[in-house]
Amino acid sequence: MEATIAGINVQVNEEGYLKDFSEWNEDIAKEISNQEEVGELTDRHWTVLKYLQDQHINDIALTIRKVGKSGVTDIKEFYALFPGGPLKKATKIAGIPKPVGCI
Amino acid sequence: MASHLVKKLPTKDWNLTIVDQSKDHYYQPGFLFLPFDTYTEKDVVKSIDGLIPKGVKYINKVVDKIEPTNNQILFQDEQKADYDILIVATGSRIAPEEIEGMKGSGWHKDVYDFYTFEGARNLRNFLRKWEGGKMVVHITEMPIKCPVAPLEFSFLADSYFKKKGIRNKVDITYVTPLSGAFTKPTSSKKLSYLLEEKDIKIVPDFNIMEVDNEGKKIVSYDQIEVDYDVLVTVPTNMGDDVILRSGMGDDLNFVATHKHTLQSKKHENVFVIGDATDVPASKAGSVAHFEAETLTDNILLYIAGKVLKEEFDGHSNCFIETGNNKAMLIDFNYNQEPVDGTFPIAGVGPLRLLKESVLNHWGKLAFRWVYWNMLLKGVPIPMVSRNMKLAGKNITSK
Repeated sequence: MEATIAGINVQVNEEGYLKDFSEWNEDIAKEISNQEEVGELTDRHWTVLKYLQDQHINDIALTIRKVGKSGVTDIKEFYALFPGGPLKKATKIAGIPKPVGCI
Repeated sequence: MASHLVKKLPTKDWNLTIVDQSKDHYYQPGFLFLPFDTYTEKDVVKSIDGLIPKGVKYINKVVDKIEPTNNQILFQDEQKADYDILIVATGSRIAPEEIEGMKGSGWHKDVYDFYTFEGARNLRNFLRKWEGGKMVVHITEMPIKCPVAPLEFSFLADSYFKKKGIRNKVDITYVTPLSGAFTKPTSSKKLSYLLEEKDIKIVPDFNIMEVDNEGKKIVSYDQIEVDYDVLVTVPTNMGDDVILRSGMGDDLNFVATHKHTLQSKKHENVFVIGDATDVPASKAGSVAHFEAETLTDNILLYIAGKVLKEEFDGHSNCFIETGNNKAMLIDFNYNQEPVDGTFPIAGVGPLRLLKESVLNHWGKLAFRWVYWNMLLKGVPIPMVSRNMKLAGKNITSK
């Protein structure tokens, strides 16, 4: 379905995740961040978001463990940056799919 | 793979060897039924000797290291073997030691896995005597082998305790690191009733930090606690340690593999199949079965010096036990989520996709015979092709 985020028309799924990462930009990230009650994105947020996007581009599945061991952040900080479901929220802000199971 | 290749490769030119550290071969899908006394030990294990195809050599040794740059395998007894082509099929294993306290004082006393023969059997012995309380079914982190198994376990537990007449004394809670028990749009819409109908509680977004054996609770990184009387956990799944010792894997010991050709991304004469790969398909037996068909063709192409087929589509086909002698069937691939429909004949079936039926349950039980007598022998399943078919699937939008 189509949605307007930060004044831009983008394709999203039922839960509001971008379907096409190439449509993502920083303004979209800021608006989703507010919707998800993560608030203002600091340099630390951007560093983690960039890391998640790089993993996605390289087709690497994301897990809390991987993020925790990435050297980019640790699990404690990851939770502090994106409280209440860090992977779910951070992937949405980063414009990439959230981790899913097979059903 | 050996069953496929022994029929295709001329014996005067090629020697085929299987290296397996175990003398037993397990029917791993059967581990789901062992705790509930549906299967016995005998149903899920056979000696490997009777399974080696004629004309194939079998070496029962532990591999210390693969040296892909030397085309060599080093065994723990310090002997060596050379290869021209290597197929890595080292699978995945549970690694409870990855989480603090998981393999602690409660391990196999009130903390169980059902992904090993021992775990499933010990859990069965525990459940035979258990009189009720809080059962927590828990997934540590993804990816895991057979991602629907913990959900199936919860459904079967509901039926098992009902049959025993103690369901009112058992509280079942499903704890997952994902955002729900169902994460794909169609499954979420069509299957969420199952949890409600069976009175299974769910705790989503739970990333476990530790198992508190004394306090009998699991604790997440954001300090959420879930109490248990018995914890049935799916620990972290990792590739075999030989992959770590050989420096061939990622942080979970899975081997970087081209997802459409199944060739190793680093070494052109190394191919990878099944749970050992890092491809974004389910870690499931059906996936390995479909991969084997593409991989056989690709190994023949590689030998002939031709371009490999970029053919494997992530096809997976799994029965999901929903309890009360019913099951569902799902058929999906890298791009297509599981949807409802008919299988294997479009519009006819007889099996129904993403819908409970008694016939699907019998299909699942019959699969044990299919596994031992067809799959291991490289016999294709009638009408089930290596690539997923869109026909018979109700696809409304992409």
